[in-house]
Amino acid sequence: MDGQAILLRLTSTFGPGIVETHDHRGDHTAVVERSMILEALRFCRDDPDLQFNVLMDLTAVDYLKYPEREFGPRFEVVYHLYSLPHNHRLRLKVRVEEDDARAPSAVPLWPIANWFEREIWDMFGIRFDGHPDLRRLLMYEEFQGHPLRKDYPVNKRQPLIGPRN
Amino acid sequence: MGGRTRREIYLGEGSGTGSGSQHLYVNMGPSHPAMHGVIRIVAELDGETMVNADVEIGYLHRAFEKECEAGPYNNAIPYTDRLNYVSPLINNFGYASCVEKLLGIEATERCQYIRVIMSEISRISDHLTCIGASAMELGAFTVFLYMIKAREYLWELVEDVTGARLTISYARVGGVKADLPDGFALKVLKAFKETRQVLEEVDKLLTGNRIFMDRMVGVGALSRAETIAYAITGPLLRAAGVSYDVRRAQPYWAYDRVEFEIPTGRNGDNYDRYLVRLAEMEQSMRIVEQALDALPGGPINVDWEGRAIDPASYVDRGKQGKTEGLLLIPITLSPNLAGLERPVHRAVNVADKRVVLPPKEDTYGSIEGLMNHFMLIMDGYGIRPPKGEAYFAVEGANGELGFYIVSDGTDRPYRVRCRPPCLPPMAALPRMIEGEMVADVVPTFGSINMIAGELDR
Repeated sequence: MDGQAILLRLTSTFGPGIVETHDHRGDHTAVVERSMILEALRFCRDDPDLQFNVLMDLTAVDYLKYPEREFGPRFEVVYHLYSLPHNHRLRLKVRVEEDDARAPSAVPLWPIANWFEREIWDMFGIRFDGHPDLRRLLMYEEFQGHPLRKDYPVNKRQPLIGPRN
Repeated sequence: MGGRTRREIYLGEGSGTGSGSQHLYVNMGPSHPAMHGVIRIVAELDGETMVNADVEIGYLHRAFEKECEAGPYNNAIPYTDRLNYVSPLINNFGYASCVEKLLGIEATERCQYIRVIMSEISRISDHLTCIGASAMELGAFTVFLYMIKAREYLWELVEDVTGARLTISYARVGGVKADLPDGFALKVLKAFKETRQVLEEVDKLLTGNRIFMDRMVGVGALSRAETIAYAITGPLLRAAGVSYDVRRAQPYWAYDRVEFEIPTGRNGDNYDRYLVRLAEMEQSMRIVEQALDALPGGPINVDWEGRAIDPASYVDRGKQGKTEGLLLIPITLSPNLAGLERPVHRAVNVADKRVVLPPKEDTYGSIEGLMNHFMLIMDGYGIRPPKGEAYFAVEGANGELGFYIVSDGTDRPYRVRCRPPCLPPMAALPRMIEGEMVADVVPTFGSINMIAGELDR
């Protein structure tokens, strides 16, 4: 199935749940409504024509300073899917508002989402509902802020942490 | 004394294997002789059996992704060296190719072959390190020394091409820093001959070795379904019997023009992972040999036999104080250096003036070249891909190495995400070691070949 057909399949299945689609540089992308994302992911994984059985990557982007996106939803959670049986790729995205920075957790679908989502929480401060163990992954517990947010200065210092007893 | 045994007197109430026994918590790491990087495993032990394990990473976090956003596109190349510092060339090329995809350009034919050759050399050195280190941890120190010896031959090749052994920074967006040196193919063949000998020796030492097999066969196994669910790629996935390799599934560079096989295992245990890696090194050497044969353009550099020495190396030798005999070599040095670097530059770099710095003789020899140079160097100018996003995956030594870059149309990447190939296996490490003996952590951890630089970024 080629990328266009996959996008068509998604839009015909989820209708208004798919906010927009594009295929910049051959990467087929669908932006999905937050409430529908788990269903969309499950559909992508289980549908016999799609069979995206690998969650290759899960990350987020902070669009705070992106031209023309300053006022829109601040974050995007980006899912990169890959299908081993069909050898095709798809990118799904969910837009998340700053004051409601939450997304449903994909851990029930793929166990690897556990660590990816922990990293996103660590770096962007987006919470994942239903995540079994949402701790920081790369930074330490006492770290203040979320370093990959665009309003986190690149040269910011952190207070020194003493040993814990 | 009551009913207490002597053991309980010494070790406290409930010790021993009775119903009152307690689990013991042991920290492995962050600094541990059997850990290749800084990582901490909080192990809950019942006797010698691993009940629960919590893997803690991040000790080598260097804010790679944040730093990439802070500078122009080419400034991120040195950071990518330090992602997987055992096979840095693959990271280099992966990043450069992702930016090229974002720009919508494609590297020249010769450059694509050079990337294939250098990536495969890196892959061999990575696998050598992985097998050597995990064999050493199981007591086979000889194997480690042999493998490091072979790696040394390969790193000499890398040094020949890039000028450095580890922090190579060889790739550029749109090409590579320089062409392959003269006589490189011969050196490669010589190094491969030595490497093949080492591999043969190691094969004899390890593959049927009773001690090695006792520690590896059936240990750390993960089922095929679970390996896929954990998004594990590379040798670990192939050891479980799935022949997924980005080089074959979605060929990039010149990989669709070389022949190679994808070795797979069956059981997904440590032993199969070892066998897959061993077989992959031979395939990588095959790829390099084919690519060297098919390398388009042929030798471009000025022929040393013809006694024509190029000005750049003349100057270099003078700077190093090696002036002896220099003046005896007759050279023709034109004042504007015209025509000495240009053909090489064209062969390995794309012709797009918005992306690649012009050859030095243009920079110093013509006003257009100078303007072109500054348009790429000045703050706020430089490489400016159109707005958009791209994901580009290469087959790293440990699996799929993906770069996801978002561009906002300026000269700095808006967001760079690296999909580290050893993060998924590390996330699955507790699944691999739970229920096994504590000593089995060492070979399992070794077979993952965790590289902290890439895991923690």
